[in-house]
Amino acid sequence: MKELNRRAFLRIAGVSMGAAALYQFAPRLAFGQAVSNSMREANGEAPAPFRFAQLSDAHVGFNGPPDPLGTRAFEHAVELLNAAAQPPELVLFTGDLTHDAENRDEHANRMRKFKEIAGRLKTSKLYFVPGEHDAGLDGGQLYREFFGESSGSFDYRGVHFVGLDNVSRAKPEVGPERRAWLAKDLARFPQTAPIVVFTHRPLFDLKPEWEWFTSDGPEVMKVLAPFENVTVLYGHIHRRDLHTEGTATHYAARSMIFSFPDPQVAKAKKPMPFDHGDPFKNLGLRMIDETARGQIAVNDVELNVREFAGRSGIQQIIKAGVLG
Amino acid sequence: MRNTRILAAGLCALALAAVPSLRGLADTPPRVIEIRAKKFEFSPNQLTLKKGETVTLRLVSEDRVHGFFQRALGIDADIDPATASDVTLTPAQPGTYQVICDHYCGYGHGNMNMTITVE
Repeated sequence: MKELNRRAFLRIAGVSMGAAALYQFAPRLAFGQAVSNSMREANGEAPAPFRFAQLSDAHVGFNGPPDPLGTRAFEHAVELLNAAAQPPELVLFTGDLTHDAENRDEHANRMRKFKEIAGRLKTSKLYFVPGEHDAGLDGGQLYREFFGESSGSFDYRGVHFVGLDNVSRAKPEVGPERRAWLAKDLARFPQTAPIVVFTHRPLFDLKPEWEWFTSDGPEVMKVLAPFENVTVLYGHIHRRDLHTEGTATHYAARSMIFSFPDPQVAKAKKPMPFDHGDPFKNLGLRMIDETARGQIAVNDVELNVREFAGRSGIQQIIKAGVLG
Repeated sequence: MRNTRILAAGLCALALAAVPSLRGLADTPPRVIEIRAKKFEFSPNQLTLKKGETVTLRLVSEDRVHGFFQRALGIDADIDPATASDVTLTPAQPGTYQVICDHYCGYGHGNMNMTITVE
């Protein structure tokens, strides 16, 4: 019981919606002062409740089938986060901010457009990692010009956040240099420190035949293994997924462009067809199940559910004529 | 006695003669199958192998660096346009295996794959 309490002393609650995932971080005060003190010593700030959001796979510039909506979902996600009763204090973007273009100027325009839309968010605390569509063709050169370093970490209200680039090397991997940096970055924290890793690709073999993996994901997770409170937020797969392994829980966010099918059912990785009668089908509100271990609890965190649920909420964001 | 010696010498000669051929059998190079890669396809895109047969896949890129990845078969190679890459494997389990390019190569990268069937 004592061990369970220790593992569960911090609680991250999240609700995943079509265009964003919103998380609420709440320390369990019953655990006592010791861990709070150790966290304060490690990063100067004890854990405190707060809310943050994850947006993923906007693919700004994508104009192929099946999605004729372009940036509409992304733009509306920004509007909804701004209008939330308790807006997120920070927003994490987990890659594929843009869709790649052979022409560098065109890709730069797409990055500019992305920044313009993201810049509408009320919070200025925006953090990014690239996806392969942002950084796969040029090793991340253009991405860095717009968004800065592709990996990094920061502390916020007692939580340690790590943005991890697993796309800009030749292979889908974090690479030995970044893994060494990660180990060094985490060295100052106690085992109980709440750590949120945000990255683009899954750090485990979700479906390697669909390229849903990171080559050295298992080695990355070994670096994280000593920590008891690890949450990994990622995108790439354009659908919700929840995976627990060891002490880490991995959440996939839905995309803001189109969804992929369930790999357990579908034979091929093809985007789900666009449904003119229900244009954001498969991007709707979804709840993340609570794990049995109590480490991550998923529930409604005061999002305006009505805006996301059902066709009426969806239809309001579609301009007449967009669907042809 | 003399006939016996002749017979023994003959058998020795025969045995020695067999050695090179046995050695040659053991050293028979595996069948080489060329696979060409270019944006965003492999050619051929379907290949059938026999369980237990050692083959060498000679990977050639016609344009840029591609990847050649199949976790279950233990394949993880880069295909550099400057030089061919050889991957030798002996598939142990029958099945259908999808090989992907895991080196991001552009817009159609997600559909760049091929199938290896092991019978």
